[in-house]
Amino acid sequence: MTPVATPFFFYLLSGLAVLGGVLVITRRNAVHSALALILTLLAVAGLYLMLYAPFVAGVQIIVYAGGIMVLFLFVIMLVNIERTVKERQFNRIWPVGLAASGALLVLFVSVLVKGKALFPERGLPLPEADNTQKIGEMLYGNYMFAFEIASLLLLVAILGAVIMTKKKI
Amino acid sequence: MLEITTFHYLVVAAALFVLGVIGVLTRRNVVVVLMSIELILNAVNLNLVAFSRMWGGLHGQVFAIFVVVDAAAEAAVGLGILIAFFRNKETINVDEIDLLKW
Amino acid sequence: MLNSLMSYLGSSVTPGEAGNQLWALIYVLIIFTGVSVAVIAMNWLERKALAHFQVRLGPMRVGPHGLLQPIADAVKLLLKEDIIPSEADKFVFWIAPLIGLLASFTVYTVVPFGPSQAVSDMNIGILFMLGVSSLGVLGIVMAGWASNSHYPLIGALRSSAQMVSYEVAMGLAVVSAILMTSLNQTGTGTLSMIGIVQAQQEQHVWFLFKFFPLGAIAFVIFAIAMVAETNRAPFDLAEAESELTAGFHTEYSGLRWSLFMLAEYAAMIAVSSIAVALWLGGWMRPFSHWLSGGAWDFVFSLFPGLTFLGLAAIAIRGTIRMPKHSLFRIQTIGLGAFAAVLSGIGLLLLGIAVGARAGDHVALARSADALNNVYWFVMKIAVFMYMFIWYRATWPRYRFDQLMSVGWKVMLPISLGVLIVTAIVGVIVG
Repeated sequence: MTPVATPFFFYLLSGLAVLGGVLVITRRNAVHSALALILTLLAVAGLYLMLYAPFVAGVQIIVYAGGIMVLFLFVIMLVNIERTVKERQFNRIWPVGLAASGALLVLFVSVLVKGKALFPERGLPLPEADNTQKIGEMLYGNYMFAFEIASLLLLVAILGAVIMTKKKI
Repeated sequence: MLEITTFHYLVVAAALFVLGVIGVLTRRNVVVVLMSIELILNAVNLNLVAFSRMWGGLHGQVFAIFVVVDAAAEAAVGLGILIAFFRNKETINVDEIDLLKW
Repeated sequence: MLNSLMSYLGSSVTPGEAGNQLWALIYVLIIFTGVSVAVIAMNWLERKALAHFQVRLGPMRVGPHGLLQPIADAVKLLLKEDIIPSEADKFVFWIAPLIGLLASFTVYTVVPFGPSQAVSDMNIGILFMLGVSSLGVLGIVMAGWASNSHYPLIGALRSSAQMVSYEVAMGLAVVSAILMTSLNQTGTGTLSMIGIVQAQQEQHVWFLFKFFPLGAIAFVIFAIAMVAETNRAPFDLAEAESELTAGFHTEYSGLRWSLFMLAEYAAMIAVSSIAVALWLGGWMRPFSHWLSGGAWDFVFSLFPGLTFLGLAAIAIRGTIRMPKHSLFRIQTIGLGAFAAVLSGIGLLLLGIAVGARAGDHVALARSADALNNVYWFVMKIAVFMYMFIWYRATWPRYRFDQLMSVGWKVMLPISLGVLIVTAIVGVIVG
């Protein structure tokens, strides 16, 4: 199944993603930022679908939009202090931060412009039909060790979060 | 319209990455800083998946899944720290978190 | 024009795969209308069934036996003043019901009503369904926060904690069903909804009865998590009337409130359809392997028509028992007309089934096939919908800490254990 109207959807989705990104860092209210981030995440999931990565897109929706963002909203409601909306939103060193980000942007642009010739015009064909199977085989084959370490990392994260947030264990 | 190549995806990813960096470096609200980190990780993921499409392999996609796992762990621990800190100091601003500065 | 419209009907894939956008749109419209009608019917049925559980009559005034009550409700809700609390966050308050509605309706793109009766067949179908239905919680959380009021906020916090917790057990139960799809010659499973049902067709067994009792345990876990996921009794802590007035939608009224209701019932039908496709054989008729053969196929293909005739019989009985008084004349005529419409549909369906058996008209046979598939799928969903009402009438509400400990300390370990044992048995047997 080849995607239809590819350039149109690419510009739409990437526009939404970047718009969401801008809103995330400019909104005063953290809940609005979270909404904008959800928009970005869904748009990026759409871009994954266009890149023939349906499994990664599904994982993105389940884990990011359905799990992590609910966690974020939950915490925002727990620590909801109306004061923060009225306060100064940017820290004192924001010119330095902005300058550093600008330098990073210049670096990216120069690398992309110089390296543009390196990228082939068309991507190599990627099978979509057995994408999930191939990823499964890789996760339990080539990347067995990394997979186990990732599970250990999650276990440590669970323990850490519980120990830090629970008053009395 | 033009053909969409890997280059286009890299541009989008670079834009998201820079937006995330700006958020991390300039915002005071810890929750927004954590969200900006998610933005950065997403930009990286988009790059990985775009390269995986370019070379026709799936290693990039598998790595993107590991990055998602990492993001989940990071969000859980980061928000845990945030709640623990909020209990002690009643603030969620980064520049007021200065207990180590004596 | 007509040829291009009809050309798709001969193919045996979903319009999404065939790239036929016109038919995809037609399917979307049919499913949207069907789900909306089902929600309206469910609304009436729930009030009526709950009333009879409690030895009451339920709605009786609007139309015969309250049949027009949902329409009266809809008119009332549409005409009601649309109140937005002054301290509410306007934008988030406005968008929250839409998020919930979108999440629960988008899921229907991959629901397999038949081997080609779905909008599209994604190869990550079940992952897509779980992911998109988990977005529904965002709508609830947003609504609770945007109302800027205490009850909605507590309701939203409860509901998000509950849905995230039960999603884990639900996902593990789903994985153990997906594991069973890989027990064939090639050893590769599938995540596509249609592929999962076809795997049950090939293995000649519903996954509910596969490796008994492993499939059954996974199914029961899913069936419990499903109720928690849709915030229905006995897990309806997010909208517990006695504690939180109405939970996350306390501040909503009129049209927006009805959007929440629509989203909730649509989500109920969606999760039931996951359960049907994964464990109850999807569109397969009962005993399709045991009682196989043309004669049995014919007998089972009579069921759709007979169901409508049975409903018509109930309506006729109601018409006869209607009080013989001039005040009830319009109601009697209305119920009689309803019975006539039902029996007309029933006779039409019977005619299609008999015609498909008698002649070798290809189009007739194909449409009879499609009708049977959709009929069995919908009937299995209907059983689940009745169960939802039954639960609500039977069980008292859980306390929140009980809910959490059941989710994490009972359902999660059991579903993990079932997954591991299923994998071991699968390796030994297959």
